Amino acid sequence: MARAALAGNWVLVHRVVLPAGERAPSAPPETQAVPLEMRVKGFLVDAAASLGDTVTVRTLSGRHVAGRLVAVNPPIPPTFGSPVPELLDIGPELRRRVGGGGKEERP
Amino acid sequence: MSDSAAYGAVMARRAEILRRSTGIDYESFRRGRFAFDYESLMSSTGYSLEEARRIQAEVNVGSTPLLELRNLTGLVRSMARPGHGARLLVKDEAANPSGSFKARRSALSVHEAWRRGYPGVIAATSGNYGAAVASQAAARNLPCVIVQEVFDSRGVGQPEILEKTRACEAYGAEVIQLTVGPELFYVQLALLEETGYFNASLYTPFSVSGIETLGYEVAQDCRRVAGKDPDLVVITHAGGGNVTGTARGLRQAGCDRTLVVGASVDLKGLHMASDRDFNRKSFTTGHTGFGVPFATWPDRADVLFNAARPLRYLDRYYTVTQGEVFYVTEALAQLEGLERGPAGNTSLAVAVALARDLPAEAVVVVQETEYTGAGKHSTAQLTFARENGVEVRRGDPTENKPGQVIVIPERPEQIQAQASPLDELRRSYLRHAWQVSGGDLGQADRDFFPADLGASPEFVEKTLAALDAGGK
Repeated sequence: MARAALAGNWVLVHRVVLPAGERAPSAPPETQAVPLEMRVKGFLVDAAASLGDTVTVRTLSGRHVAGRLVAVNPPIPPTFGSPVPELLDIGPELRRRVGGGGKEERP
Repeated sequence: MSDSAAYGAVMARRAEILRRSTGIDYESFRRGRFAFDYESLMSSTGYSLEEARRIQAEVNVGSTPLLELRNLTGLVRSMARPGHGARLLVKDEAANPSGSFKARRSALSVHEAWRRGYPGVIAATSGNYGAAVASQAAARNLPCVIVQEVFDSRGVGQPEILEKTRACEAYGAEVIQLTVGPELFYVQLALLEETGYFNASLYTPFSVSGIETLGYEVAQDCRRVAGKDPDLVVITHAGGGNVTGTARGLRQAGCDRTLVVGASVDLKGLHMASDRDFNRKSFTTGHTGFGVPFATWPDRADVLFNAARPLRYLDRYYTVTQGEVFYVTEALAQLEGLERGPAGNTSLAVAVALARDLPAEAVVVVQETEYTGAGKHSTAQLTFARENGVEVRRGDPTENKPGQVIVIPERPEQIQAQASPLDELRRSYLRHAWQVSGGDLGQADRDFFPADLGASPEFVEKTLAALDAGGK
């Protein structure tokens, strides 16, 4: 992935919203122990920047947000994962049970 | 950070921010410490069924098909006693513009923002509702910000929520991705203050009125397809809006004998705001982690008085395991040719279990499906579960342990809906009210509770008397 970006590039920035210790009183201890972090994407406003720089982006709603540059043109993460063997047998098992689809049942 | 942006400071301005960002003076409906005039709130600020239907039709929302599940009905009857095995129908809500029933909720919220001249809309939600608000905002050319809880502190994102980030951005919305914690609402409030946008909360009367059209259509469609009212309508229950809106729509259609059945995935033992538990669940909604707290205390929401009041409307409440829902999702794809998202099939899993013991003449309507895609798919969720140390195997689903073991059933007979007694939820609601008030409940609150709990005045009196006597 690119390590530098120019104005107008689609980038991801990161910022700490609440440091550990300043979190909501209702958060459980393991959550209190870590900061509340934010990530947001937008078009780079600065003329040029490298990963790790503090920059400003213009988001899709038109707001200007400052944060640390963490990715340039970040990939779209969700995938379908891998085939799950525990699911693969279910279809054939159920189709055998309900029957139908055989030649003798068609017009 | 400036002092005015600190957690406590923003939360202290909550009531004023909510009033401006929803246009609703919630305090004017207050009748007691907890009591408020629910029906007035709904009728004076929500939309009538006719208005809701007209507005939704303008933006291509609703009028989804009610599909007959012939092969699944056949499967259920193969497991049932002679003369048993109810007919299964499903409302294919995935056919809505953003791929779920949430389009109905967002249509009225975004219409309200548009009608009243707000410069944009904001919603704090990690689920299908975010994509629905983004989609409706696109249809009305309004700027939109969605605030999501996506990552744990390692930066690992839940696949289903990452997909929702992608969908919201595809509809042109800005997405704020947060790490785990209860501060989603705090960030939303700060953004509402900064932007002056409308709060398209899941819990306003606009949102809940939008779902009434679903209940109404279920009744009309079922009469046309099956020639009778549904005997059961099974509804996936999380924040309470789906149950509340659907039940209100069914009542307006005159379905007086239809049982309203809630369904949630059992995630008992996993803390929803825990950095550790966050990525040990395979369902991001439709589960007991929302379903139980929102039933026992609806006003934990991002508005002063939640318009979603599930205990008013639920006749029964059942849970199923994650593995049972994955099994039924596979069955729907392989026996009916309908590949849909697993979370939306929670109600289908409960319906399959209940239909087995009902007479063959009975009609069970599953009132939603949702879209599927990368991240929002059984394979994505089970791959992710394994990567996070959760065991996945086939076997007896009673061996399921949320966050530790997902057991995929070996046979459809093993799918069992566990009844969750509503009276326990009602008692928990009253215990909470009693504790918050320090045992000092006024008459207005005591009068409010029976209707809000769907319980008799005697039940409420008896429960409160026991709390008074026990001092806890």
